[in-house]
Amino acid sequence: MQQNTDLEIRSLDAICVNESSLQHKWYHQLKYLVVGILFGVVFVKAEVVSWFRIQEMFRLQSFHMYGIIGSAVIVGAISVFLIKKFNIKTIYGEPIKISPKTFNKGQIYGGLIFGFGWAITGACPGPLFAQIGTGATVIAVTFLSAIAGTWVYGYFRGRLPH
Amino acid sequence: MIDFLKQPWPWYVAGPLIGLTVPILLIIGNKTFGISSSLRHICASCLPANISFFKYDWKKEAWNLFFVLGIFLGGFIAVNLLANEQPVAINPNLAKELAGYGITNFNNLVPQDIFNWSAVFTLKGFLLMVVGGFLVGFGTRYAGGCTSGHAIMGLSNLQWPSLVATICFMVGGFIMANLILPLILSL
Repeated sequence: MQQNTDLEIRSLDAICVNESSLQHKWYHQLKYLVVGILFGVVFVKAEVVSWFRIQEMFRLQSFHMYGIIGSAVIVGAISVFLIKKFNIKTIYGEPIKISPKTFNKGQIYGGLIFGFGWAITGACPGPLFAQIGTGATVIAVTFLSAIAGTWVYGYFRGRLPH
Repeated sequence: MIDFLKQPWPWYVAGPLIGLTVPILLIIGNKTFGISSSLRHICASCLPANISFFKYDWKKEAWNLFFVLGIFLGGFIAVNLLANEQPVAINPNLAKELAGYGITNFNNLVPQDIFNWSAVFTLKGFLLMVVGGFLVGFGTRYAGGCTSGHAIMGLSNLQWPSLVATICFMVGGFIMANLILPLILSL
């Protein structure tokens, strides 16, 4: 029963459900660390984490970011299609499940609010981590503030229109 | 090889690599790509404060925290081992506009002229770093995801709510960058 409530709370946000019945030792998590490192290197080398590139994107002064997001979506979509079509399993033999996203008005209000923040800071959550890693220590302030924003959302969640 | 890696990587190399993160995470452990949820797990682990949204077993999502720690380390590795010595090449129109706000240092990915420790306590710095960060954290959670969770993972899985969210991200960004940010930068 405890398990079920837990899953229910995490599912309040479709993104936060990665339920697996498998139990692993902690070091199995290190593979995500490795993927994260490679991902962070790509972020920095492609200047996705550059405030300047984000400003160019929102002023239509460069194709760079559109090319990156567009080609990432195409590769991601083909991959998901192939995984579904051939019933590809995980390396542990589990069937792959992707939970659908359900619509609520939060995607509009929250989306606009995030867009404002994205253009100000030049960073979505991923680049925040990478920017701090590149030595821009002051971005730790932005990062802590983003955690505070998430917390305040959780606090007021019941009273916000969804 | 190393010299080649040190140059800025073009979009047609970086984009597909970012897209490949989607199947890699699914195949190595059934994880759906998403980064902003890490902020929620940090809240759940450090300050759940009896808020139901944060009352769950965050350890089940610990993979996400390992992943973002990796992104942090990746940023460190990229600037220390694969650094590009040239400043970020930016559109001349943008350079001209930014020079008008006193932003002339293009050597870092983050403009040092406005994002620095002494600026945190000015009104401009407060708006850029503290308010900006707050909007990112609040907005992504309200929207249920960020660029990775909605724009890349959601669109890859052909989810229309993610398309709505992505369009709103862009609309918000265009409004801020073109109409409001210039006012903040002129402070």
